[in-house]
Amino acid sequence: MTAAATWTEERRSVVRDATGVGIAVGAYGIGFGALSVASGLTFAQTMALSLLMFTGASQFALVGVISAGGGSIAAGLTALLLGVRNTLYGLRMAPVLQVTGFKRAIAAQLTIDETTAMALARDEDAFEGRSARLAFWATGLSVYVFWNLATLIGALGAGALGDPRAFGLDAVIPAAFLALLWPRLKGRDPWAIAIISAVVALALTPFLRPGLPVLAAALVAVIAGLRAGPALAPIASAPRDAQTGAREEDGAAPGGGPA
Amino acid sequence: MWPVVLVSSLGCFLLKLTGQSVPQRLLDNPKVRHIAALLPVSLLAALVAVQTFASGQSLVLDARVAGVAAGAVALILRAPFLVVVIVAGVVAAGLRYWGLAA
Repeated sequence: MTAAATWTEERRSVVRDATGVGIAVGAYGIGFGALSVASGLTFAQTMALSLLMFTGASQFALVGVISAGGGSIAAGLTALLLGVRNTLYGLRMAPVLQVTGFKRAIAAQLTIDETTAMALARDEDAFEGRSARLAFWATGLSVYVFWNLATLIGALGAGALGDPRAFGLDAVIPAAFLALLWPRLKGRDPWAIAIISAVVALALTPFLRPGLPVLAAALVAVIAGLRAGPALAPIASAPRDAQTGAREEDGAAPGGGPA
Repeated sequence: MWPVVLVSSLGCFLLKLTGQSVPQRLLDNPKVRHIAALLPVSLLAALVAVQTFASGQSLVLDARVAGVAAGAVALILRAPFLVVVIVAGVVAAGLRYWGLAA
């Protein structure tokens, strides 16, 4: 981490952190695999989401909205809206990675909370940027492998469980969303936005088809973002947000999942 | 279900690729950054609320509320993800098994 460290030490530390994050994320993967199959997606569809979509919060949202009877379009839109922040992560990572062509496509697929956070946690100028780049690629590889292995285990396990309601699946899904939300609730503004969004979604529930109240609540974020003064900037900057997540992942209580 | 799985996966990939490909200044606007950072908070909070209280288009209080509350306690106690969701599931399933909640 420090400038005095040799490249060998730095590389070892980067790879160790990347492996740790991958294992921590595995817990979410097991949860996702199990929920997805219990919600009615097939084993192949569940694996396709982890291999192709590869962004945890969007995957959980898609499965959650479908299991609540929200329909495919609402489910897909919710997943896409949750994926918008990866665009900003990509914007932040492009000058660090400096890749083109096929390599850029691979980098794009791996651009999620964890990889961005782990790359930005390294000094961007250390070892001519090699440290930050290695952190991105090593974390990306580690999370991709562990996330998909864990999804496989969860999906196979869920098939053996039987009736989802009997083991409280309908309580497990919102608890999973709460666990994904938790590390983002740092400070007063995120709490206020979370509470207003929850109230808006519940108030609209009797009047809109399932799935739509959640999409309508996204307008709370849009309005808050448009009205935001400089005071909101620290919580809203993607790198800072992601770094907070990384510290959570580093410790005993993993926070974000490949969200 | 395959169309939504594949189309939204492709969409999520294109969102990531756009960030890696567009000129920095195009999206690097404070308001865009605010909105992108707040969207997950809004959506996840709305998902928690709806999935805890909604049943179709009606709002109900059932075993899910106790399950999610137990999950929140686990989060406050810094429990890892799997513990949080298992606690939520076990509490909801237990209340139903003993006939204490719907």
